[in-house]
Amino acid sequence: MKTQRIFALTKKELKKTVREPAALFMIFLFPVVFVLAFGLSFGGVGGGQTVTYQVGIVDLSNSQWSETFTDSLSNVTMLKVTAYGDNQTVQTDLSQGKIQAAIIVPESFSESITSYYAAPEDSSKWVNATVALYLDKGSMVATQAIPPIIQQVLNGITDQNQPAHQSPIQLQTASLEVKQVSAFDYFAPGMFTFASVFMIMIVAQSFTGDRENGMMKRIRISPTTPTEFMASQVTSYLIIALIQCAIMFGMVYALGFRPNIGLPDYAFAFILVLVFSLSNVGFGLITASIAKTSGAATGLSFLFLLPQMFLGTFVGASLSGAAEVAGKAVPSYYVTNALTSLFLRGAAITSPTVLIDFAVVLGSCIGILAVGIVIYAKYYKV
Amino acid sequence: MSEQAITIKNLTKKYEDKLALDNLTLQVNRGELFGLLGPNGAGKTTAISIMCGLIKPTSGTAQIKGYDTQKDAQKVKELIGVCIQETAIYPYLTGKENLELFGNLYCLNKKTIKERSTMLLSKMGLTEDAKRLTAKYSGGMKRRLSLALALIHDPEIAFLDEPTVAMDPQSRHAVWDFIKEQNTKGKTIILTTHYMEEAEQLCNRVGIIDHGKLIALGTPKELIAKNHVKNLEEVFIQLTGRNMREEV
Repeated sequence: MKTQRIFALTKKELKKTVREPAALFMIFLFPVVFVLAFGLSFGGVGGGQTVTYQVGIVDLSNSQWSETFTDSLSNVTMLKVTAYGDNQTVQTDLSQGKIQAAIIVPESFSESITSYYAAPEDSSKWVNATVALYLDKGSMVATQAIPPIIQQVLNGITDQNQPAHQSPIQLQTASLEVKQVSAFDYFAPGMFTFASVFMIMIVAQSFTGDRENGMMKRIRISPTTPTEFMASQVTSYLIIALIQCAIMFGMVYALGFRPNIGLPDYAFAFILVLVFSLSNVGFGLITASIAKTSGAATGLSFLFLLPQMFLGTFVGASLSGAAEVAGKAVPSYYVTNALTSLFLRGAAITSPTVLIDFAVVLGSCIGILAVGIVIYAKYYKV
Repeated sequence: MSEQAITIKNLTKKYEDKLALDNLTLQVNRGELFGLLGPNGAGKTTAISIMCGLIKPTSGTAQIKGYDTQKDAQKVKELIGVCIQETAIYPYLTGKENLELFGNLYCLNKKTIKERSTMLLSKMGLTEDAKRLTAKYSGGMKRRLSLALALIHDPEIAFLDEPTVAMDPQSRHAVWDFIKEQNTKGKTIILTTHYMEEAEQLCNRVGIIDHGKLIALGTPKELIAKNHVKNLEEVFIQLTGRNMREEV
């Protein structure tokens, strides 16, 4: 394998991306314009929908009153309540997106309610207690919908007829301690995925275009081996993905997305998006193998592009439960989920959910890229 | 080492039920400028594609300087230069960049690439446009650059498939001079053309191919004399029953 050939072809491909307006727009400008428009439009605006939320509860009071509270929560149709034995387990599940909220009922819960009913009119005799509520910061809907529901249930345990809902039980939401999260923050992880899926179309158009104008034939006549050619293509699109990824990180950062994570987390996220981009190169090759012309390649690329976009990026956040299940069949779902876990839920790189997502993305990337290369090489004998 | 530049033995190529080449046997000597003539669909491009290792023959063999085009494809590709029928150049690169790219694909060093590029651009009349994107070149300029790309590595054997098509007379004569010059330097050239005048002026020997078979072989003068006609075009019409340019 001659590096001189790989380097020359890689350089050529990069020049193409910079000099061809359509490729330049789809890979770099479109994501930038999109993020800019989205960020400016939704940077400070929330939105919501009704779904069923998974809520974990740790009952440290273990009393009749805390049972009543748990039962009342279970009766709310929007909530599915699961009991946990300790704080650590419930926090782990929360950080991995298995539940959207964790409630910690304090030991003093029963004593506090009892003190209230002993002197409902005299708050000086109440024993105060705080119910801690931890929310999945990766779910915009959950952070907005769950606290009022829990508060309402708490109010129901004390006297609902209190004019100012005075109660010795306070609900403390952990997410209130961090900065206010905007709609843009929720969607930011999916934006990286969203930008990358367009690589499918660019790769498919590039390969079919070179075939149409006879360039592929010319390359085949030269001593360039199929391995050198494919290595140059993968290298060039990896560089393009790297630049795209850097631009996206820069853009979302500039628009105020500042997750509370360290440099290793950023590096991991960067690698994750790069690996995902390579799987899109594979999808592009598969598309180029099927399509006879670059026009057909553009159309066919949507077969891979749309499911990835609608089921696996931020667009998927507002889809139905069935669509979310279907999303598990596309790599983009796992990328967005892992990025959400890292950026918003505070999960560590080593947490099972992030590692599993990464393994799925890496595995699918290797598989898709290998299939793409084999099919393309077989049908077109690069 | 083989004395023949090209040796084709009993070459047959079938595309489903269509016979593109029918038991073709042919030899081209070193340093020869050989014209491969025939109407459209006669099998010329199929023969060249097999000689370049682009497609596999159904049966028979083709050798370039003794190297089998299938078994020793890599070696063959290093020996040959091919100007394909399509005007295949990268539109988003300049003329100079196209040449540099292909120089690198043949693993030439920087100095050689620069020297060969400068010389070829000059010979093809493209020096002034060397730094322009080829997307802005005229059809004739693209054809000339396409020919230059085929010769960037100074190949011993060059296949030129319709190299002067769509060129103005001035450009065509410049290319003829260049082809002659290459041949004078000892290069073996296999030329396919629809222009009988071109074949008659340039080629030491021509082979006329029709329906995948070699129907005539010899120098232009020999063929003209043998068929008792005035020129190569009449030889062609007499042997194939068709006027070549009508087919274009």
